Amino acid sequence: MTRISVKVDGTAYEDEVEPRLLLVHYLRDRLGLTGTPVGCDTSSCGACTVELDGTSVKSCSVLAVQADGGEVTTVQGLARDGEWTPLQRAFHEQHALQCGYCTPGMIMAARDLLRENPDPDADEVREALEGNMCRCTGYQNIVRAVLAAAAASEEVTA
Amino acid sequence: MTDQSTDRNTEREVGRSRLRKEDARLVTGQTNWTDNISVTGLLHIAFLRSPMAHARIERVDVSPALERPGVVAAFSGRDLAEGLGSLPCAWPVTEDIVMPDHPPVAVDEVRHAGDPVAVVVARDRYAAADALEAVEVDYEPLEPVLDLEAALAEDAPLVHADKGTNRSYVWPLKTGEDYETVKRRADVVVTRRFHQQRLIANAMEPRAVVVTPLAASGEYTVYSATQVPHILRIMLATVTGIPEQKLRVVAPDVGGGFGSKLQVYGEEAVALEVARRLGRPVKWTESRSEGYLATHHGRGMIQDIEVAATGEGRLLGLKVELLADMGAYLMLVTPGIPILGAFMYPAIYKMDAYDFTCTGVFTTKTPTDAYRGAGRPEATFAIERIMDELAAELGLDPLEVRRRNWIRHEEFPYDSIAGLTYDSGNYEAATEKALALFGYDDLRAEQQKRNERGDTVRLGIGVSTYTEMCGLAPSRVLRDLRYAAGGWEAASIRMLPTGKVEVVTGTSPHGQGHVTSWSQIAADVLGVPFEDIEVVHGDTRAAPQGMDTYGSRSLVVGGSAVHHAAEKVVEKARKVAAHLLEANENDLDFTDGVFTVKGSPEARRTIQEIAFETFTSHDVPDGMEPTINAEHLLNPENFSYPHGTHLCAVEVDTETGQIRIRSYVCVDDVGRVINPVIVEGQVHGGLAQGIAQALYEEAVYDDEGNLVTGTMADYLVPVAGDLPEFVTERTETPATSNPLGVKGVGEAGTIASTPAVVGAVVDALRPLGVNDVTMPCTPERVWRAVRSAKEASA
Repeated sequence: MTRISVKVDGTAYEDEVEPRLLLVHYLRDRLGLTGTPVGCDTSSCGACTVELDGTSVKSCSVLAVQADGGEVTTVQGLARDGEWTPLQRAFHEQHALQCGYCTPGMIMAARDLLRENPDPDADEVREALEGNMCRCTGYQNIVRAVLAAAAASEEVTA
Repeated sequence: MTDQSTDRNTEREVGRSRLRKEDARLVTGQTNWTDNISVTGLLHIAFLRSPMAHARIERVDVSPALERPGVVAAFSGRDLAEGLGSLPCAWPVTEDIVMPDHPPVAVDEVRHAGDPVAVVVARDRYAAADALEAVEVDYEPLEPVLDLEAALAEDAPLVHADKGTNRSYVWPLKTGEDYETVKRRADVVVTRRFHQQRLIANAMEPRAVVVTPLAASGEYTVYSATQVPHILRIMLATVTGIPEQKLRVVAPDVGGGFGSKLQVYGEEAVALEVARRLGRPVKWTESRSEGYLATHHGRGMIQDIEVAATGEGRLLGLKVELLADMGAYLMLVTPGIPILGAFMYPAIYKMDAYDFTCTGVFTTKTPTDAYRGAGRPEATFAIERIMDELAAELGLDPLEVRRRNWIRHEEFPYDSIAGLTYDSGNYEAATEKALALFGYDDLRAEQQKRNERGDTVRLGIGVSTYTEMCGLAPSRVLRDLRYAAGGWEAASIRMLPTGKVEVVTGTSPHGQGHVTSWSQIAADVLGVPFEDIEVVHGDTRAAPQGMDTYGSRSLVVGGSAVHHAAEKVVEKARKVAAHLLEANENDLDFTDGVFTVKGSPEARRTIQEIAFETFTSHDVPDGMEPTINAEHLLNPENFSYPHGTHLCAVEVDTETGQIRIRSYVCVDDVGRVINPVIVEGQVHGGLAQGIAQALYEEAVYDDEGNLVTGTMADYLVPVAGDLPEFVTERTETPATSNPLGVKGVGEAGTIASTPAVVGAVVDALRPLGVNDVTMPCTPERVWRAVRSAKEASA
């Protein structure tokens, strides 16, 4: 067992974990943060994407011990005082989700894109989401949502 | 009975683009997936699965696993067989169908890679997975059975030796004139063999089940990522012998299904049995690669199809011979899937003779069953592709050959040669609209120029003018098809004392937005605000009756049931209102949720006030039950028949085989639209799956029967960059067989798009001598097709 200290969605945790424990299972099974789901076992689908120290990672391909001393943000840590982020709002308004299983990962991956490129075009969005699979939406509305969130964020910062 | 809600105009909910009520918890991660469920003392189940396609089990010893840390119990198939019966098949399509036993965990023989052989129960999921390694199994390999035609040979190895054959059933449908007679009149006969590759549904949420027992009373709650909680409850009662009324099945948030969760899986039965034996709550969650082996596959057919036509391209007859891969076992509706397709091969076309035969074949592969469209995409693909080939044979435009055969608008209702009555449709309108959006003539002109120039990148145009049957299904039809259940759907409306409303539905959504659409339907009839309505579903205690969600049946049957139940509430409320307002029922108007007395508008009661008055029951009419709640079970009188025209333009690089979808236009007629946003979203998703079958996806087995595409890293689920922008439009020809005029939309995109895309690829390559490319049309297959056409012409 290894001792780790990690901050998740603003709360600090100290834990003893098995070295092989995946970050996603640590979040889900140990911390009860079940907003981040698991979709595959080959880090192909991106459903479990979270932010670790400001960069999006697939939490099924990171060990909990690798997050030691780090800061993790999950989809559950995005809304502030019940106020959704522009991406969360855009996913809702553009009907960019159906079953919603891939949605946390999509939103977290899209945050990464918008940090790097606040004004992407549709092709850049499609390319940036290559690590995230969706089976319901055909992606079109997801692309629209990311573009709409980019536009909304510009309005906010302008 | 008149539908008085139609008086409302500006505030009508039906037809409005409402954002979904479902989204709030999904975008914030406050979901209730089955794998999220955790209770005190929860144990985790893991399955040891066969690494071989076919083998005799000589010995299973689970005792070494019991020595491993955290392990609580372990069972072989033989151990479990004491409490568990065979898994059910509810669709014995013929009287003499061969139906083998299907133990939830194999006992004597494994019949596909991934067939479970032992079960380990441990305190956490890692410990359970670890302990599988300790289980000892001796296998004696047997010959796999992989090829459908070889499986039917006299000396073929047998998947089920006790049955003496790999042929499960032969199901014929011959209608109209005799096909061979008609064929003799024909000027042209076109024959093709098409392959429907096996597909894996890949719902984003893997399957999962949690069982919590209440040992003292013998009750169990089964949480499952299922599309069919009501069917699952009945079937689990049958398989385990636990009385049905002691079982509660809950489908919490379910992350997609596409047919793959329309099933009664062995893992669900085993979880229930383990919970019964140990008296402890248990959970099983599949890994994705485990799911590839154990969650049923879709498609898997060889289609020999032939059309006979006149020199002008008028269809005379259609003959279809199908070999359908059942896989190793018949699961819940496995044999019926190709039969659903049988009714769809004649599609929108008129003809004199139809001759269909399906042979169901056992192989040592994962069982097949429903997958988005279930039988209908396969049928639509074959008929649309052979219409293209007929057009090419006669030198006609593919749309022209369709026009010469399709049912004209004024001919509805129309009795199809397959025995269906198409209630409404307008193929002309959808096609004209699609052509205008697509720029058909311009694209054809560009294609011709490119062909004349001999461009290495060719342009191809694909056409699909499809119809499908939704609203499964009239119960009498299901009887005739030997399906062991009815096709009705249940809805009830609970008017709460505070005036809020609960709509209880027997459908069980997993991404389709029922909560929003059902709220819209009820809001219009009851005249209460959309926001005041909640929808209860997916729990056999809270929504006790239902036939669940599959085959685009939910809106057509379930949504219509909601409409009728709401009408009953209004009629009951009318009695109370008449009593309270001291008026004759016939003198009451009901508009926007308010009863008024004709001629004296100040005398009014809202339906929500009446709910409260009924709750207190201080002053209800004599002899009336003190409730305005109502229930309606709708037994549909007919299927519904969405249709549409899909047009696809592709650019095909003849040197690399690379395909790029340049534009995709579809005009679907799904009848009246409840929520345009949701309809468009469903079409997008359907297109993605249909295009994926055309270009990307295939479950590939090697010669030993191992699944080569065993993970998401090997099986090409398209990502955002693989799919184009879609142009989606609609025409609206209301269905006449339900009060809403709706037809269903979930599978339209999937059914229509596959032939449009493959048709476009073939169209691009036809000048080079190519007349087919097997799906999925990978760059390598395209390149090989081009090369062999070149060699043939050299």
